Amino acid sequence: MSDRKTRSAVGHNVDKVDAFKLARGEAVYTDDFTRTGMLTAKVLRSPHAHARIVKVDVSAAMALEGVIDVIWHTDVKAIAHTRAGQSYPEPSPYDTVIMPHKARFIGDRVAVVAAETTAIAERALKLIEVEYEVLPEICDMDEALTRTDVLVHEEADPLGIGGGGKSNMAAHIDKQIGDVDAALKTCDLVVERVYHLPRVQASHIEPHISIAWVDEDKRLIVRTSTQVPFHLRRILARILEMTESQIRVIKPRVGGGFGDKQELVVEDLVSVLALRTGRPVRLEFTREEEFIAARYRHPQRITMTTGVMKDGTMVANRMHVMADTGAYGSHALTVQGNTGQKVMPMYPAPNIHFLVDCVYTNNPISGAFRGYGAPQGCFALECHMDEVAAELGMDRLELRLKNHIKLGDTDPLSAKLGEGKEGLERVIRSTGLDEAIVKGCEAIGWGQEKKPSAPHLKRGVGMALAMQGSGIAGVDWGAATVKLNDDGSVNLAVGATDIGQGSDTVLAQFCAEELGIPTEKVLVLSSDTDLTPFDVGAYASSTTYVSGGAVVKAAVKVREQLAEVLGSHWECDPGDIVFADSKSTGPDGQTMTMAEVALFALYEAKIQPMATASHMSNESPPPFAAQFADVEVDPETGQVQVLKFVSAVDCGTVVHPRMAEGQIEGAVAQGLGYALFEEVLLDRSGKVLNPNFLDYKIASALDVPPLVTILVETDEPSGPHGAKAAGEVPSDGPAPAIVNAICDAVGVRNYRIPATPERVWRGIKEESPE
Amino acid sequence: MKIEMELNGRPVAHEIAPGGNLLSVLREIGQFSVKLGCETGDCGSCTVLLDGEPVNSCVVAAARAHGHQITTLEGLLGDPLMKELQHEMVVKGAVQCGYCSPGMLISLYAHFKASGDLSEHALREALTGNLCRCTGYVKQLEAAQTVADNRQNESGGAS
Repeated sequence: MSDRKTRSAVGHNVDKVDAFKLARGEAVYTDDFTRTGMLTAKVLRSPHAHARIVKVDVSAAMALEGVIDVIWHTDVKAIAHTRAGQSYPEPSPYDTVIMPHKARFIGDRVAVVAAETTAIAERALKLIEVEYEVLPEICDMDEALTRTDVLVHEEADPLGIGGGGKSNMAAHIDKQIGDVDAALKTCDLVVERVYHLPRVQASHIEPHISIAWVDEDKRLIVRTSTQVPFHLRRILARILEMTESQIRVIKPRVGGGFGDKQELVVEDLVSVLALRTGRPVRLEFTREEEFIAARYRHPQRITMTTGVMKDGTMVANRMHVMADTGAYGSHALTVQGNTGQKVMPMYPAPNIHFLVDCVYTNNPISGAFRGYGAPQGCFALECHMDEVAAELGMDRLELRLKNHIKLGDTDPLSAKLGEGKEGLERVIRSTGLDEAIVKGCEAIGWGQEKKPSAPHLKRGVGMALAMQGSGIAGVDWGAATVKLNDDGSVNLAVGATDIGQGSDTVLAQFCAEELGIPTEKVLVLSSDTDLTPFDVGAYASSTTYVSGGAVVKAAVKVREQLAEVLGSHWECDPGDIVFADSKSTGPDGQTMTMAEVALFALYEAKIQPMATASHMSNESPPPFAAQFADVEVDPETGQVQVLKFVSAVDCGTVVHPRMAEGQIEGAVAQGLGYALFEEVLLDRSGKVLNPNFLDYKIASALDVPPLVTILVETDEPSGPHGAKAAGEVPSDGPAPAIVNAICDAVGVRNYRIPATPERVWRGIKEESPE
Repeated sequence: MKIEMELNGRPVAHEIAPGGNLLSVLREIGQFSVKLGCETGDCGSCTVLLDGEPVNSCVVAAARAHGHQITTLEGLLGDPLMKELQHEMVVKGAVQCGYCSPGMLISLYAHFKASGDLSEHALREALTGNLCRCTGYVKQLEAAQTVADNRQNESGGAS
C-alpha cells in the first residue's frame, strides 16, 4: 500500500516543474520562437465534400509579390500512409497522401501557399484557380455502409484494414465470447436500446502549430506541438523519402493535446515547404481550421442488447457500434475497438458480443480524443444499466454491484481484442472500485431525499462506473536517461511527452524518489529526437505507468553505480549504502552529500554516473472511477443545472495528489460539455456550421458546478511505486452520470447527447403531451 | 502606418499593417505571454490591459492602441499582486498546459484591482472570459480565493 510518510517525493504535492515559467508567460511554446526569413504557410481547402482535383492554376498566386511557393498534388509524391501517429506497424489504414488527388470532405487539402507574411498568404489563396470534377457525396453513415456506387476511397488499402476500394467500410470488428443469441433466449429479461453520440472536438487552446527549417547540416528540423515526436519523425522520414537521421523533431511546451495532437495535421506540410524553399516555414491552424481539419471524437450510434435473470445476474451483453470516421480512417479500428474493449469488461458476463461497423463518409475526420472510444461506450453501457435496472424493478446501484468486475477477475475481452489484433490476457490485480462507489455515494448523498430549490423544478441523481487502461499492453514502451551532475542534480531525459498533463513532474518525482534527492534537483528534458531516448508518446494513458517504469529503472541503475563507487571508497558492501535526504550513508555512519558523491565520482573515481533504461509492460491495469451527478431540471425550459459532481477514482498510488485531482476535474469539465452542450454541427454535405468557440461552447468557469474529487489509493503490483493511469478514465463517466440523473429527475431518458434544453424539453413533452 | 503606445510603462513606436490586430503586434515585439487561441475574442488567451481594462487583444485593432497604455503580463512580473496570484496558481496546481494562464492572471489581476467583490461567484465571473480545457477551474478558483482571503485579512487587520 502506498505510504506517503516513507516516500520523499512520490505522493507529495511538489511544485509542477514547469509551472512557474508558464505562469510568467515565458516564451516556451512552439510559436514563441522565430527564425530569420520565416515564411507563413496557409492551406487552400476544398469547398466540395467530394471532388476530383483536376487542375490547379497557381500562376496568379505565384505572381503575387511575397509568395515563395505554392504546392498541389502534382508537386508532392503520393506515398500512402496514415497520420494517426501510432506505433509501427500502425493499426490504421494507409489511406492518406500529403496532397490528395481527390477532395474527400469540405476542408480537405487542395493547395498550400508559403509566403513572406500571413496577409500575403491569405491573399494568394484567393488567386489560386481550381478545376474540380464534383462527385456525389455520401455523408450519412448508414448510406455509406450500404452503397458501393459512391466510394470515399477507391484505392486499395495496402494494410487491408479498410474496405480496400470495394466498400466504404473503414474498420469492422466482430468478436464474441460464448453465444449471445443463444444465451439471450434463456434470460428472464432482454433490454435493447439505441444511444447516439455526437461529434465533439478536443478544443485544446493552443492550436496545431509547427515550424520547420533545414539546418546547416542539411537536416530537417521540425519544432512542433505534438504528442508523438518519435512516431512523427518515423512517418515524416517515410513520406518525405528521407532517413530518420536526416530529421530532428523538437517538442517544446505544448498547450494541450487531448489526442488531437497525436495526429500529424500540419507537420508534413511545413516540412515539404521548408525542403522546397530552403526557408523556415510556419503553419498554425486558425480556430476555424481546428474545427474543420483537425480531428473529432468519433460520432457513434450504439445498440445495446442485454440479457439478465430476475435476480439481476447479467448473462449476455451485446454492443453494436456504428461509427463515422469521416474522410480518412485514422484510428478507425482502434478507437472503435476501445469502445467495447475498455468498457464492456466492467460487467464480465459469460456471453459477450462486440460488433463494429466504422465507415468512411465525406464528413470531416474523426480521430483520437481523450478516452479514445471509451466515453462513447461508457455512455451507452452506463445509461443501459439504468434502463435494465428500471425494467427489472431493481435498484440501479444494486445491479451494478452485483455484476461489476472484481479483484482477481479476468477481463474477458482483452485477450480477444488488443491494439487492432489479438491482445494479452488481463487479470485485475488492483481495484478500488468498491471503495470508490462507497465514498462517492456518501459524497453525493445517494439514497437521500433531495428537494429541488423551487417547486417547479425536478431534482435527480445519477451514477456511472468506468474503467480504462494504463498504456497498451505489449505495445507501448518508453525509455529514460538519468545523468548525475557535479552539484548532485541530475538530468532526466525522456521521450515521454509532457503536453500539459504534468508528466515531466511525475517522472521527476520517480527519479527523485529513487535517488533520495528533492524533485527540484531533477532537470527534465522532454522531448527531442536528437537528445532524448525513445518513447511512443503521450497517449493511451501510458506515461505515468509505462514511461514512469523506465525512469525508475534508470534512476535505480544510477543509484547502483554510486553505491559501487562509494562501496570501494568506504570499503563496504554497496548494498548497505542508503540514499536519502540528499545524502548517502554507509553502514558505519560514513556520510556524503549527493553533491560530494557527485564530485567524488566525477573527479576521483572518474566515471559519469549515468544510465538509460527501457520499460514495457505486458499488462495494462485499469484505473477505475465511480462518478455521480446531482442535477436540477426545469421541465418548462429543459434547462439542466448540475448542482454537484462527484468523482471517486482509483489510479493506484497517487504520485501527485493535486495534479491527479486536476486531471479528474478537467476530465469532468470536458464530460459536462459532452453531456450537455458540445456538438459539432454539420449540414447535409458535411460542412461544419459552428467552427468557433462562440457557437461551439466549451465549459467556462461559470458552467462548472462544485466538483468533489476523491482519490482512492490502491497499490498496483505492476506499476511504478504502485501507480496506474489517471488521465482518461474520469472522462468516461460524466455524460452517463448526468443523463442518468436527468432521467431520475424527470423520468425521461435522453438517448442522444448532448442533452440540450431543447432535447430535454422535447423528451418531456413527448412523454406527457399535456 | 505607425502607432505609438505606452507598453508596460515605456513608449513604443511600431509600424503596423492596416487591419492588423493588437495581439499580432504585441507578439511581434516579443510579448510572448500574449497567446493566440481563437482570434475571435472568445477564449481570452490574449488578454491584456488597455488603460487598465482587460481586453481580448485579438479583437482590438492595433491602431486602437495608438496613444494608449498597454500592459501585458511581462509588465507585471515585478508587481506584488501579480506575484501573489502567480504563486497561488502554481501552488494550488492551477497551471496544467499553461497556455491560458497568462490571460487568466491578467483577468484576475484586473478584477482584484477594480472590484471589492471577492465572493466566489464574482471570482468565477472574473474568470469566465478565459477558457481553459485542461482544468475544471477548481484550482484557479482556489488560488483566487486564497488571494481574496489574504486581502480581506489584510484590510481586516488594518481597520
